[in-house]
Amino acid sequence: MNNKIVINHLRELESESIHVIREVAAQFETPALLFSGGKDSIVMFHLARKAFYPAKVPFPLLHIDTGHNFEETISFRDRLAKETGTELIVKYVQDTIDKGRAVEETGVNASRNLLQTITLLDAIEDLKLDAAMGGGRRDEEKARAKERFFSHRDDFGQWDPKNQRPELWTLYNGKKKMGEHFRIFPISNWTEMDVWQYIYMENIDIPSLYFTHKRKVFKRDGAWMATASFMKLKEDEVVVEKDVRCRTIGDITNTGVTLSKANKLEDIIAEVAATRTTERGDRADDKRSEAAMEDRKKEGYF
Amino acid sequence: MEEKNKGYLDMELLRFTTAGSVDDGKSTLIGRLLYDSKAIFEDQMEAIERSSKKKGEEHVNLALLTDGLRAEREQGITIDVAYRYFATPKRKFIIADTPGHIQYTRNMVTGASTANLAIILIDARNGVIEQTLRHSFIASLLRIPHIIVCINKMDLVEYKEERYEEIKQQFMTFAPKLDVQDVRFIPISALKGDNIVNRSEKTPWYNGATLLYTLENVYIGSDQNHIDGRFPVQYVVRPQSAEFHDYRGYAGKIEGGIFNVGDKVSVLPSGLSSKIKSIDLFKETLKTAAKPQSVTITLEDEIDISRGDMIVKPNSFPKSSQEIELMVCWFNEKPLMHKGKYSLKHTSKDVRCMITEINYKVNVDTLESDYEDKNIEMNDIAKISIKTTAPLFFDSYRKNRNTGSLILIDEATNETVAAGMII
Repeated sequence: MNNKIVINHLRELESESIHVIREVAAQFETPALLFSGGKDSIVMFHLARKAFYPAKVPFPLLHIDTGHNFEETISFRDRLAKETGTELIVKYVQDTIDKGRAVEETGVNASRNLLQTITLLDAIEDLKLDAAMGGGRRDEEKARAKERFFSHRDDFGQWDPKNQRPELWTLYNGKKKMGEHFRIFPISNWTEMDVWQYIYMENIDIPSLYFTHKRKVFKRDGAWMATASFMKLKEDEVVVEKDVRCRTIGDITNTGVTLSKANKLEDIIAEVAATRTTERGDRADDKRSEAAMEDRKKEGYF
Repeated sequence: MEEKNKGYLDMELLRFTTAGSVDDGKSTLIGRLLYDSKAIFEDQMEAIERSSKKKGEEHVNLALLTDGLRAEREQGITIDVAYRYFATPKRKFIIADTPGHIQYTRNMVTGASTANLAIILIDARNGVIEQTLRHSFIASLLRIPHIIVCINKMDLVEYKEERYEEIKQQFMTFAPKLDVQDVRFIPISALKGDNIVNRSEKTPWYNGATLLYTLENVYIGSDQNHIDGRFPVQYVVRPQSAEFHDYRGYAGKIEGGIFNVGDKVSVLPSGLSSKIKSIDLFKETLKTAAKPQSVTITLEDEIDISRGDMIVKPNSFPKSSQEIELMVCWFNEKPLMHKGKYSLKHTSKDVRCMITEINYKVNVDTLESDYEDKNIEMNDIAKISIKTTAPLFFDSYRKNRNTGSLILIDEATNETVAAGMII
């Protein structure tokens, strides 16, 4: 027998992530998988299915819904949960606002991005979650680059980046006190390119928003943004129709779209390979300050 | 699909760590690798250009790419392990960029624990210093299979061959004290880009490969233990559905060897034997699986197996004992307590242990063993003996980095206080 075993980098990343997800199921009582309907959370869910098949995924999906979604994301999310028999929990930022726990931002750049943190922390408390898994990747942003797979949060949901537990080999320490929880990032080591290649290799279904489509858009701070009823336009902003695709599909208010004619995964992969800006480059939320992500994460952001 | 994209599916993964003293230009080197391999995006570049200008720096400070935390940028130092990614058509790379300060040894050990390769940086003006020795020792202690010694800032010593040779000799004099198999030397300037991606015209006397070429081509196929079959059970998969009524699968990550359908296996601690019925990964069934794949294994016989048990190949059993000798690197401000009790994590097994003996402390500056001073404090490395509440199934760390490693956890604070390498 040929003893030379070659495991390509995608399979190695897959194995690492599945191992982490199984550790979560084994070490925690009430974990949940944060699910936004975006490609990273879709890959996360795919990995979770692989980790436990033929059994069902032993934890629910949790969506923190800003209400500012692309409609298709929501129908995609609902269909996926139904088809796989997975429990789906949705918590609404609108409810947080209605309860007076958060105040809506105003102005043209108003976003519910920061408010999500409050809804998320409330959900973690309400549902008594001891671990929340997410599709965060270290290559997305420099504060994320210092994130652990198992990231400890105190009883206020805060992250203390200067005092993180060392994480060695593949031994993950999920021990905690009452009221504390963990954020878990099983695809920490994946890049945007890895995610796309993996979607291609595994033939994973994704919302068609990622492929080219005609959409009414306008330009703000150099990025193309989708229009929506809740988006306020500045005076000089003009709505035009373009062939675009989404590089990320978060909250519409801070997700830019890319001019693109890519209508299959191969095209997207070629496009990603040629692109010279990061996928978060179009995200208004990160541009607020140099440490914007670190500050939000310390407070309990994803 | 175009050829160049297809190639991406055949890439190998190489994890490496970088170690250097505060001013050895480590972050600059990483910035250089990312920049020259086009892994830095325009918006990232613009962001650091803005920051560099704000600080009044003349050159674009590539170190700002990796120093992501506010405190790091303010103090101009790297505090925590930062992970960075880049790819060439041959390989995908994961860099664990670790701080060089002595007080952050724990981060270096952390970064080293998963690395196939270490880059050790030496400032050509200073030559081999204490920190070089310390970093090399940690690389050897953590058994990183390949070491590249980059003699950096060659531009500041006029690219002199004599200086390069001198430093190489300095390193070679203490290398025999280390347990490393593969050491290479490369003269570089991270700032100017000499011998990083392209061969430098300034070092015509150097005939070796560039850093990137070495990273792309170093043979890592034999780094994994493909001999001793080790499968720690992580989770038991029981669908309890009509379709898979009797399915009972053992989920885990192969930590050693190769498993084939039909192979005879033994289960520890029960010692019972069976045969592999299937190796499953989602809807695929595999004939064979090897380290480091995550799979689900089913057996021919019904045996009671749970998390923490280990499925092994009967031709090579791991050791099984409650008394274990190991090297530890201590991570916590609270010193190691002789006779103290700690939680312990090893493969998928959780037990408790007691420190039964502190044998010696390693002086990392001289690599001598100190049998007198038994105060093991943060960043110290020591040989100790422990007794566990239940037997562990382990190999020596030398033989298998996954079944030979463990961590100790403080039972009061839940902090990870030590990394252990079983002897």
